[in-house]
Amino acid sequence: MPMNAVFNIIELFKSFLLEIGELSFFAARFFRESFKRPVEFKEFLRQCYNMGNRSLLLVAVTGFIIGLVFTLQSRPTLQEFGAVSWMPSMVSISIIREIGPIITALICAGRIGSGIGAELGSMRVTEQIDAMEVSGTNPFKYLVVTRIMATTFMLPILVFFGDAIALFGSYLVENIKGNVSFLLYFNQVFDALEFGDLMPATIKTFFFGFAIGLVGCFKGYYCKKGTAGVGVAANSAVVFTSMLLFIIDFIAVFVTDIFYDL
Amino acid sequence: MSTTMPNKKPIIEIKDLRKSYGDNHVLNGFNMVLNEGENLVIMGKSGSGKSVMIKCLIGLERPDSGTIIVMGETIGELSRTTLDELRTEIGFLFQGSALYDSMTVRENLEFPLRRHTKKFGILKDTTPLVMEALESVGLAHAVNLMPAELSGGMKRRIALARTLILQPKIILYDEPTTGLDPITAKEILILMKSIQDKYNTSAIIITHDVDCARVISNRMILLVDGINYAEGTFEELSKSTDPQVQAFFK
Repeated sequence: MPMNAVFNIIELFKSFLLEIGELSFFAARFFRESFKRPVEFKEFLRQCYNMGNRSLLLVAVTGFIIGLVFTLQSRPTLQEFGAVSWMPSMVSISIIREIGPIITALICAGRIGSGIGAELGSMRVTEQIDAMEVSGTNPFKYLVVTRIMATTFMLPILVFFGDAIALFGSYLVENIKGNVSFLLYFNQVFDALEFGDLMPATIKTFFFGFAIGLVGCFKGYYCKKGTAGVGVAANSAVVFTSMLLFIIDFIAVFVTDIFYDL
Repeated sequence: MSTTMPNKKPIIEIKDLRKSYGDNHVLNGFNMVLNEGENLVIMGKSGSGKSVMIKCLIGLERPDSGTIIVMGETIGELSRTTLDELRTEIGFLFQGSALYDSMTVRENLEFPLRRHTKKFGILKDTTPLVMEALESVGLAHAVNLMPAELSGGMKRRIALARTLILQPKIILYDEPTTGLDPITAKEILILMKSIQDKYNTSAIIITHDVDCARVISNRMILLVDGINYAEGTFEELSKSTDPQVQAFFK
C-alpha cells in the first residue's frame, strides 16, 4: 500500500513536469508567432475590451471589500499600540505591494482564465479551430496570441484600479471610525509609498497577466474531445493558474528582496 | 472500374496513405484520385478512417506515410503560407457546421474573406460577396443572426455559404446530411448539386447516407479497414454481389 502511494505521487509529479514542458513549448510558440504577420490588432483590442470591461465590477467590489475589511481588522490591534495613525501607510504598502496584485490576479484567473479555457475548449470540440485553420487563418495567432497579449496588458490596469478602490474602502473606514479627512488619508498613503514599492509590484502584474492568458489558452487549445473536456479545461485553467501565480509571486518577492539588499 | 473520367484531369491524388494512432491502424495504404468537376463519394463504417483521410488531405492531420497531391502541390512539402494559400482553393464543410459562435452570420462569412487579400484584394465593402453567397444557399435574410439562433439545417447552409465565399475549386463535405431530418437533408443535397452546376467545383463527399450517395455521386469508394475496398459508380456498386459491399446498400 505505501509503495502504491509513492508510485502514485511519482506518476503525478511526472505528469506535472510533462505539463510544464508542454506549457513551455506553448509559450515558446507564442513568442515566435507574436512577431509574425499579420498583426491581429482589432482582435487584440476586442479582447482587451472584453477582459477589462467584464472584470471591472468584480475587481471593484472585491477591492472595496478587501480595503474595508483589512482596515476594520487591523484597527483594533494598531489602536492597542497607539499606532492607529500608521494605518494609511500600513494599508497602502500592503495593498500596493502584495494584496492588490495577488487578489486581483486570482480573481482574474477565475474570471478570465476559466473563460478563455472554456471558450477555446468549446471552439476545439465543435471544430471551430479546425474551420479557422482550413480557411487559411492561423488560429494560434488569431486566438492565442491576442488573448495572451490582452491579459498581459490588461491585468496591470485592473490591479491599479483594484488598488485604488481598496484604498478608498480603507479610507471610508478611517473616515467613519477615526474622522480622518480624504486629503489627510491620501497624503499619508502617498508619503508612505516609494518607487521601490510600486515598480516591482507593477512588473509582477505583467507576469501574472501573462500566466493567466498562457494557461487559459493552453488548456483550452489542447482541450480533449467532448463537453466534459471543456469543463476540465476551464477548471484546470483556474487551478493551474492559481498555483502558478503564487510561484511567480514568490519568485518576484525573492528577486525584489535581493535588489533591496543590494 | 476506372478512376479517371474521360477528358478530365486529376485535381487530387492520394497514394498509399497510412495513419495510425498507437496500435490503432486507421489508414492502411489508401489510394484515391479525384478528377476535375467530379463528385466522389466515400462511404465507410464509423471508425473506418474517412474523416482522418479528409483531415490529412486538408493538412489538419499529418499522415505517417503516403503522398497527397492537391492541384499539383504535395501537401506534406508545403510551407505554412503556401498551404494556407492552397486552402483557399479547398472548401471544407464540417459535420457540425463549425460556425464561429461569437460572430454573426455576416461576420462568419466575412472572416475568411478579409484574411485573403491576395485572392480578393483589400475589400472595402464585402456585402455583395456575402449576400451572393447567402443567396446561393437561400438564406439572405439570416445575415444578421447569431449561429445560436439558427436551426441545424440553416447552420449547415450558412457553413456551406462560408465555404463558397472563397470561391474554392474543390469542396470537401464531411457527412453533410448527418443529423438532419430527411426533408432538410434532401434540400442540402439539392443545394450541393446546384452549387456544383453553378460554380463547377469538384467534391469529395464523406457519408453513410445511401440516398446522398445515389443523388450526388459520379463515382464511389467504399472504405473498409483503412483501404479502398471497392470503387465504381453507384449503379455498379449497388449491383455488387460482395457481401461487404452489399452491407452498405441494405
